[in-house]
Amino acid sequence: MDSHVAQLQMQYRNYILSLYQQGFLDDQFTELKSLQDDGSPDFVAEVLSLFFDDCVKLVGNMARALDQTGTVDFSQVGANVHQLKGSSSSVGAKRVKGLCINFKELCEAKNYEGCVRCLQQVDIEYKTLKAKLQDMFNVSVIIVHMNPVSVWDDFNKIILGKE
Amino acid sequence: MSLFHVVEFCLKIGQLFWMLCCWLVSWLIDDKSPLPVGSVGDPDKTKMKKNHHHHNKMCFFWNKISTSGFKIPTFSLHPVRFGKNWWKKVVVAWVVLWVLISFWTFCYFSSQAMDKRKETLASMCDERARMLQDQFNVSMNHVQAMSILISTFHHAKFPSAIDQRTFSEYTDRTSFERPLTSGVAYAVRVLHSERKEFERQQGWIIRRMDSFEQKPVHKDEYNIEALEPSPVQKEYAPVIFAQDTVSHVISLDMLSGKEDRENVLRARKSGKGVLTAPFPLIKTNRLGVILTFAVYKRDLPSNATPKERIEATNGYLGGVFDIESLVENLLQQLASKQTILVNVYDTTNHSEPISMYGSDVSADGLEHVSPLNFGDPFRKHEMRCRFKQKPPWPVLTMVTSFCILVIALLIAHIFHATMSRIQRVEEDCHKMKLLKKKAEAADVAKSQFLATVSHEIRTPMNGVLGMLHMLMDTELDVTQQDYVRTAQASGKALVSLINEVLDQAKIESGKLELEEVRFDLRGILDDVLSLFSGKSQEKGLELAVYISDHVPEMLIGDPGRFRQILTNLMGNSIKFTEKGHIFVTVHLVEELLDSSDVETSTSTENTLSGLPVADRQRSWQKFKSFSSSGHRSFALAPSEINLIVSVEDTGVGIPVEAQSRIFTPFMQVGPSISRTHGGTGIGLSISKCLVGLMKGEIGFSSIPKVGSTFTFTAVFANGMHSSERKSELHNNNQPILSEFKGMKAVLVDHKPARGQVSRYHFQRLGIRVEIVSGVEQALRFTTTVNIILIEQEVWSKEADVFIKKLQKDPLVHSPKLFLLANSIDTSISDSLRNIIDPPVLIVKPLRASMLAATLQRGLGIGNSETSQQKGPPALILRNLLLGRKILIVDDNNVNLRVAAGALKKYGADVVCAESGVKAISLLKPPHEFDACFMDIQMPEMDGFEATRRIRDMEEEMNERNKTGESLTVEESNRTRWHLPVLAMTADVIQATHEECLKCGMDGYVSKPFEAEQLYREVSRFFSSPSDTES
Repeated sequence: MDSHVAQLQMQYRNYILSLYQQGFLDDQFTELKSLQDDGSPDFVAEVLSLFFDDCVKLVGNMARALDQTGTVDFSQVGANVHQLKGSSSSVGAKRVKGLCINFKELCEAKNYEGCVRCLQQVDIEYKTLKAKLQDMFNVSVIIVHMNPVSVWDDFNKIILGKE
Repeated sequence: MSLFHVVEFCLKIGQLFWMLCCWLVSWLIDDKSPLPVGSVGDPDKTKMKKNHHHHNKMCFFWNKISTSGFKIPTFSLHPVRFGKNWWKKVVVAWVVLWVLISFWTFCYFSSQAMDKRKETLASMCDERARMLQDQFNVSMNHVQAMSILISTFHHAKFPSAIDQRTFSEYTDRTSFERPLTSGVAYAVRVLHSERKEFERQQGWIIRRMDSFEQKPVHKDEYNIEALEPSPVQKEYAPVIFAQDTVSHVISLDMLSGKEDRENVLRARKSGKGVLTAPFPLIKTNRLGVILTFAVYKRDLPSNATPKERIEATNGYLGGVFDIESLVENLLQQLASKQTILVNVYDTTNHSEPISMYGSDVSADGLEHVSPLNFGDPFRKHEMRCRFKQKPPWPVLTMVTSFCILVIALLIAHIFHATMSRIQRVEEDCHKMKLLKKKAEAADVAKSQFLATVSHEIRTPMNGVLGMLHMLMDTELDVTQQDYVRTAQASGKALVSLINEVLDQAKIESGKLELEEVRFDLRGILDDVLSLFSGKSQEKGLELAVYISDHVPEMLIGDPGRFRQILTNLMGNSIKFTEKGHIFVTVHLVEELLDSSDVETSTSTENTLSGLPVADRQRSWQKFKSFSSSGHRSFALAPSEINLIVSVEDTGVGIPVEAQSRIFTPFMQVGPSISRTHGGTGIGLSISKCLVGLMKGEIGFSSIPKVGSTFTFTAVFANGMHSSERKSELHNNNQPILSEFKGMKAVLVDHKPARGQVSRYHFQRLGIRVEIVSGVEQALRFTTTVNIILIEQEVWSKEADVFIKKLQKDPLVHSPKLFLLANSIDTSISDSLRNIIDPPVLIVKPLRASMLAATLQRGLGIGNSETSQQKGPPALILRNLLLGRKILIVDDNNVNLRVAAGALKKYGADVVCAESGVKAISLLKPPHEFDACFMDIQMPEMDGFEATRRIRDMEEEMNERNKTGESLTVEESNRTRWHLPVLAMTADVIQATHEECLKCGMDGYVSKPFEAEQLYREVSRFFSSPSDTES
């Protein structure tokens, strides 16, 4: 059973590594993880869910702002982008952060086309990240919260659907 | 005759020179064809060749001289605009000119010689002519005198006083008076009517002369009787008297001879002496001239008419001049008759002059004609003189002109050789310049290539190293880990080598530029020291650093490069030192200069490890800024700091023969060095360049087997501008101070030098240190100090004493014991086990952070549980933040959570607020919070505004406190409200920072938090809880 857990841990680690390598995450995420301890066991999950909620809200705001016919309120979009940028840098969502920086510049330049395109990219990006982190999270939850034996059982149950 | 030869010779010489010139010219124009002009002078071809050969030889000779003898100075004669080969034309012109000059000289001198010759000839000729003429005149006068004698004694007397005998006798005896006459004779005028009477009187008949003249006979055969009697004539002139020499003419009728007749008739007509044309004389048959004077009956007046004269004629006196023999006699009397040839001519008939004397040798050559006047206006005579010999060859002239020519040619040759050499040198120089340019370009290309390649290698190497690092995190067995570690170490070595090469290339291509940033020198040195601490501990070396207090905390310069220099020097020292110490000192140059005498008198005992070292002073003796007169020569701007850094070691030293090339790139002491110690040998070269860029100098002194001391200077700008900033920085950079401030310590060390250095490090932490040399003395301090520091050496010797003392008299408030050791020696740790309260080991090198951490641990300052977990910043942060109540204000939920999480981790009690307004409501004084972290960019109310309002409220509260309106007793305890507010911002720009300060914020931290920075800021407001507790 132990070997299974080890294998699982290995996969988990590799998965995270791949996320780093592909540029989804940066060191700040590591920092974030290090902040999670016995006092706040769900810290990372909490923060991430906050972040993704934020993302939904802010992207929605921006989409509405850019969707308006006639004059587009770029300052409003800019404020939203700033928010998103701050959030993403706090959680270490590297790609989203990078896009936000670009977005902000486009916003300042009042480049409508660019903004729309960037918004779409941000939308795609944070959703991808969410999906990836969800997967990872699911695995980590299994590893952390179950004792080794039950981890495997649960894993089988949940992931593989075996008995 | 000789003139012709001379001219011919001259022409020949001229032709020769002309050929030579032609040849020279063609040679100058085209150096490649050494034998041109073949067909110009065929007869002289051989001569030409010979000459050419000679010239070649000479050329060779001169070349040899010019190549071996004197070096032509390579002055850069820029080619004058008027052609490259202008000097060749000059040479040709020169040669031609001098050929002409020498030719002219030759002509001039020869013509002068000719003139002189002519003059000599003329004077000689004239002299002869005059003498001849004089003697002739003398003779003539005498003959005339005789005619008078005859007219007086023969005709005027009767009977005559003269007969043949008397006459001949008289004439013989007076012949010396007439040197030119061979004889005189007197013929009387006889008319035909008187012929019979006269013939009877004389006893002979008058004979004619014609046949006699036509048939000249020998003297012996001459028979007067055989002559025919004179035919009948109108008158006769028979000779009656004659000198003995000519006695054969007696009785001959003078009028019958053609010459004589004419002569006689002319003489009696003119009454003067008259000469015949030269004719062969009777009997002797030699050429002669007859002079005839008429003898008159009475004395005629000078203007008498010819008729009267004929009437009055009585007879005729004739003198025979044997010109040939006479002239010969005359010339024999004169000197140098051999040199001159004399001819005398009768030129009465100009077309055919009659030679009277001399031989007709040749009609050519130099001739001088002198006229002769023999008193007969009808007859004209002249003397022609020539030299017997041809004129001598004008050797001197020839030699002179030839010498002139030779000298001129030599000069031309020298000039030509010089110029061609200069030209060659110039060409070479030009070529060299081109080559140099090429080489420089190649060098630049090389450097560029190196830079590019190094850079390109570095990038993938970083990938390799990163992956290796990750690989180490995976699960590997021992062997695999070993492999990975080896690979990583090799990779790192490669990267550092590439970095060095890149630096070298950058320096060589001049691309290296220094940064201008503020940095903490002490921090840098601590870093470098910790870098080498592992190695020094391994080797058991004493590694220490001492920075003078005069050196400012902050400097402006390039810390990275400064560090590189230090790392290079220390790396070398570590590499080559097996025992003893490595000691880095930093001073101000001024400081050293002022106290140079005291500072440098380092005796052997006074070094760190007690081993002798190379004299530090010697290493910077050669520095320009240190020259004896240069105390003030390096005028530095007041803000500039001139540092002098020495790295002293007790290693193997540098061999004397290698000392000169120590700073040359890729030069190591010997080939074996790189094998035994590794390294590329460009470290020092780079250091030298870097030092140069920092406006400093580097030098060293080294004694083999004793050690080396490298010293360099560097100029930095002072980073401490105002007193305000100073205090701020002080807070920033020496946060540890507060913990240990006021502590006292006693250091037991018998080596004063080492003690000083140790004390310096403790004093940096604010600990006052007393140095004693023995344990006994130290024990006296036990009640007054917090810390006892003991050198390892002292401990191993005197530990027992100390332990005994402690055991005997255990002090309640005993000071903590610390050991200063170079390495973690098992023997020491063994000995420590026996003691109840074992001393804490401080492993050298001493540096602020390490020292602080160790002291903290040893003294029990700080949280023991945290101290096990993390490194110093985290540990101290936890120390600082534990139990603090902190408010975080941020409109961004995520940020809020993260920041809160971070602070909570350090044990803080965190409250969150989502907006500025909420923050203000929470921050009404009296504060329940210890600090506030505030986001700047927030909707509704930004961080600045919120802070301003908080400050306003605080101000109001403080005012009330002052005026005694305090609400509670607790509040009045605190004299002043000031909540530390720190800005949280993502962009760390100076402007924002200043804005923060303006609004009353106390500092800023970047978002997301960095432990170091957070710690720096927080530590300014919170002192360690242990402090406050105690």
